[in-house]
Amino acid sequence: MTPAIEVKQMHKRFGTVTALGGVDLEINPGEFFALLGPNGAGKTTLIHILAGLILASSGSARVMGHDVVTSYREARRLLGVVPQELVFDPFFTVRETLAIQSGYYGLKNNDPWIDEIIHHLDLADKANTNMRALSGGMKRRVLVAQALVHKPPVIVLDEPTAGVDVELRQALWRFIKQLNRDGHTIVLTTHYLDEAEALCSRVAMLKQGKIVALDSVRNLINSISGVSLRLRLSPDTLPAALLPLLSSCDEGYYVLAVKDYSQIEGVLTVLRGEQVQVLEMRLLQPDLEEVFVKIMGSTESRELA
Amino acid sequence: MTGFYTLFHKELLRFWKVGFQTVLAPVLTALLYLLIFSHVLEDHVQAYPGVAYTIFLIPGLVMMAVLQNAFANSSSSLIQSKVTGNIVFVLLSPLSYREIFLAYVLASVARGLVVGLGVYLVTLGFFEVPLRSFLWVLLFALLGSALLGALGIIAGIWAEKFDQLAAFQNFIILPLTFLSGVFYSIHSLPPFWQSLSHFNPFFYMIDGFRYGFFGVSDISPYFSFAIVTTCFLAVSWLTLQMLKTGYKLRH
Ligand SMILES: Nc1ncnc2c1ncn2[C@@H]1O[C@H](COP(=O)(O)OP(=O)(O)OP(=O)(O)O)[C@@H](O)[C@H]1O
Ligand SMILES: [Mg+2]
Repeated sequence: MTPAIEVKQMHKRFGTVTALGGVDLEINPGEFFALLGPNGAGKTTLIHILAGLILASSGSARVMGHDVVTSYREARRLLGVVPQELVFDPFFTVRETLAIQSGYYGLKNNDPWIDEIIHHLDLADKANTNMRALSGGMKRRVLVAQALVHKPPVIVLDEPTAGVDVELRQALWRFIKQLNRDGHTIVLTTHYLDEAEALCSRVAMLKQGKIVALDSVRNLINSISGVSLRLRLSPDTLPAALLPLLSSCDEGYYVLAVKDYSQIEGVLTVLRGEQVQVLEMRLLQPDLEEVFVKIMGSTESRELA
Repeated sequence: MTGFYTLFHKELLRFWKVGFQTVLAPVLTALLYLLIFSHVLEDHVQAYPGVAYTIFLIPGLVMMAVLQNAFANSSSSLIQSKVTGNIVFVLLSPLSYREIFLAYVLASVARGLVVGLGVYLVTLGFFEVPLRSFLWVLLFALLGSALLGALGIIAGIWAEKFDQLAAFQNFIILPLTFLSGVFYSIHSLPPFWQSLSHFNPFFYMIDGFRYGFFGVSDISPYFSFAIVTTCFLAVSWLTLQMLKTGYKLRH
């Protein structure tokens, strides 16, 4: 099967900055894939190389088997990109913008599909408004719409939900999920890890231009063993027998790392034996954010320093 | 074809929607030149025997308007798209670099011809201007505006900010147009300046264009035609190379 996206040994340098340092990546048709990483990790650079907006220093990229440089016309026809920057052409209305974008892809009578996109992205009342007069979130919706005019089999969204209200975020994901069910491959970047966790089947984490994790969301989360137990106690002292489990203690909350659920019973038995009352108890499941923080750890601490 | 046509149409709409600035204003400027120069110089200069200075001046002003507006169209469209970032919509699309070239050049030709025609029609209301050969007039107007449209693409791609584009315009385009013989016949110049003018491609465009009106010129229109065509091909080749390699567009 031809991968929807295939990136081989991708390097990109901007002067002395290495934005990508040898990325290999394959995304299968029909996947819902997230590209995660801190600011400056190289996500946008990678996407722009796929889109032909940036030329790689070395390495190759293909969209549905078409090289993005040597057969750029086919590759671009199969790809829809929502850029991270809010850009628009102030000369035109929303509907004109979408008609022009359709035309660039060689589509003449695209009105039925344009109407459908406008409907799904809740742009109907703004269809004949000039782009200049739209709010930031509205402009972002039009950017999404523009990426979809040619029904591309591969859709790449670079932080599509930055600066977008809750309602649209939900509507947008509903629409994108629908497109994914209809067979479109979706690749997204986001800094909201709960979004990525809820939507995506597979994730790549980029750090300083290199892939540091590439796996299914489930495997990544399972890689963090055990669960955490957060307790508030009366009296406010942790029995000595439980100290080996303590992973953090903060404002009267004790967080204990337990290997599995059966260990919880043991913890409670110790507390009962020491006549310590449990005021509050919460089970903290590992999530993608925890995985992310763990993997990026060294970068984060350097940024904070 | 649809892709090319859409970009061309969009570029036409872009100047047409603001026609007040892009068509009416340059027509007015050209008429002001005509008013002032003809008033000051009418009694002092006679470029061609039997042709009044004002009448001599008109084709030059028309051509100057054609050239300047053709250049302004592609260059300002590109720099605006680059600065605002919406150039990505063209760059993301499967449009080929040849289609992009053709769309920008043809839109520039259209703007040049519309403004030139505007200047010409208004002057016809006041003066009697002969028209010997419409074919030469059209040929030079088309070639000249296409050449300047392509130059505008180069300038628009090269410039990163509006003031760099303004510099290109003020230090290259403007001197070359003013020193091309719009306002005089180069035979009235001292020998040094006369021979220097022969290195100015704009001189051939103006001279050939004027030949179409009067049937008289400083130089054979065939020769001018050959020079302008060569320049157009050279500049187009350079423009196409820039677009093909993504110079300053695809980083
Ligand atoms: N045109 C450019 N010129 C010079 N350096 C650049 C350019 N574009 C990106 N970079 C650098 O390349 C690196 C990767 O940037 P990139 O935009 O790909 O990051 P990102 O992962 O998308 O970050 P964010 O989450 O902030 O969008 C950064 O160090 C950035 O400064
Ligand atoms: Mg980015």
